[in-house]
Amino acid sequence: MLKQDLSSPPKGFGGVFDFVLRQGSTGVIWLGAIFVTAWSMWLISDIVFNGWAGLSYDFLTHTPTNAGREGGIAPILVSTGLVLAICMAVSFPIGLGTAILLSEITATDSWWGGMIRRSLDVLAGVPSIVFGLFGNAFFCNILGLGFSILSGGLTLACMVLPILIRSTEEGFRAVPIAQKLGASALGLSRLSTLFYILLPIAVPGLIAGFVLGVGRAVAETAALIFTSGYVDRYPESWLDSGRVLSIHIYDLSMNIAGGEAHAYTSALVLLILVLLINQTASHIGLRYLRRGVT
Amino acid sequence: MILSNGNILSPSTHDRFLTGILWCFSLLASLILGLILFFLVYNSLPVLWDIGISKFFLDSSWHPSEALFNLTPMLVGSLLIMLGAILLAAPLGIVSAIFCRFYAPKVIAVFYQSLIELLSGIPSVVYGFWGLVTLVPLIQKVNPPGTSLLAGIIVLALMILPTVSLIADATFANLPKEYFQGAAGLSLSRFTLLTQIILPASKSGLLTSVILAAGRAIGETMAILMICGNIAQIPDSLFSPVRTLTANIALEMAYAMGNHRSALFVSGLLLMVIIFALVSLAHRAGKGSVYA
Repeated sequence: MLKQDLSSPPKGFGGVFDFVLRQGSTGVIWLGAIFVTAWSMWLISDIVFNGWAGLSYDFLTHTPTNAGREGGIAPILVSTGLVLAICMAVSFPIGLGTAILLSEITATDSWWGGMIRRSLDVLAGVPSIVFGLFGNAFFCNILGLGFSILSGGLTLACMVLPILIRSTEEGFRAVPIAQKLGASALGLSRLSTLFYILLPIAVPGLIAGFVLGVGRAVAETAALIFTSGYVDRYPESWLDSGRVLSIHIYDLSMNIAGGEAHAYTSALVLLILVLLINQTASHIGLRYLRRGVT
Repeated sequence: MILSNGNILSPSTHDRFLTGILWCFSLLASLILGLILFFLVYNSLPVLWDIGISKFFLDSSWHPSEALFNLTPMLVGSLLIMLGAILLAAPLGIVSAIFCRFYAPKVIAVFYQSLIELLSGIPSVVYGFWGLVTLVPLIQKVNPPGTSLLAGIIVLALMILPTVSLIADATFANLPKEYFQGAAGLSLSRFTLLTQIILPASKSGLLTSVILAAGRAIGETMAILMICGNIAQIPDSLFSPVRTLTANIALEMAYAMGNHRSALFVSGLLLMVIIFALVSLAHRAGKGSVYA
């Protein structure tokens, strides 16, 4: 008697139909989940199995030959690293500064803070190809950097800024209010509070944000086609064009007949990279949250 | 730190310096959006002056070399793919979140959640590549040419599913604990709890998740570029190729000059207008911060 379901939905269906609906919904939800799992497993296993064969030390350390059909991806990894380095070197200080301002200096309901947040919300939604257009018009043409690693890195820097600010801001917000009040009561200047109290506590949040930003940047393609370019040799300087990993995959699969095998392997490398990066971020995030509770 | 804001009689010079620098940084950060808009408008103006806005919707076709700039097929293509992907991904994403939180045994839930997070991290070019080498040949067998609206919808649905699912999950997580305790006290069944309490209570969060996913769908470039065929016409069936606004930019930017280049910036501007509308919608739906 007690086990019986006592509720009756206000808009009751009644009788057999009700019973079917209740039992059926569980089935539908399980089916949906199984469907999604199968679908994503299909994708992941396809990339892993087909890419695995070509993955070797040589693949990672040799230059591509025959337009990428043979050889490896060493210069492409170098270009990817350089673009990421510029991207993070530019965006991290700006993101950190903005996050500190948003969480610690401006009042939460201030007009200016609201404006920054609003603009970042929109910025986070801007399609990557539009960043590409902007980067091409501004960095490549107006600033005269041409198709270069520097243009690509700067374009990406604009792109990862919202996610960077968001997660670092979370880091600062997680600092217990008592610590801030204590610092205030002791008459510490903002600068000292920042360096001796806020930053040390918020470090894991900052690292998580940083890593998330890298993960977003390394996955990006569209913003880089018209900014960092296509050239697949070792870049000679910041102002040289360089091909990043994702563009390499795109080029091999679309423009080069017979490039599929290496495209698979490059896709696997990119997939592993992104997964490692995201796992690191969520690992740090989790440990950080656990620490925040105590 | 916030509490004494502006009320200190003798602020330290270091602090003034610090605040100044922080203001500069934040100014820079918020300037980027302005810069983007400025350059989009600045580069679209020549063609807008030259031929006017109406031509972009009334010309007979998209043949920039012959000064025909009809963007309607691309706009329709973008919207169709977005709609299709949302129709697939919204129910599946919400079901995923429900499954994870209320139906799955703990072990499976943890596994499933990390699968969804994994999906959300996969680069779009990898999705596109997978679509190109597995999905397109499959569709080709059924109905050539294979690169089609349908391929785009299927791949894009899988891409935006994590967005829907993760935000929906966060919404469920933020529901007041009292709702569940009350339901348990009344000994409501799981189904009743779900349909009468949880879903109505998280309506706005679910709406936000779908709108943000729509934004991601409309802005997606690489995957669409690789699997949709890129023919600038209004598709007459699920199996016909289609070109989106984003793919249009990516395809032609490399060689576009003059008015043609300008017209591509108009496509970008159009995208921004759509995104802006979606973000405003999400703001209204979620009444909060909506970083993607």
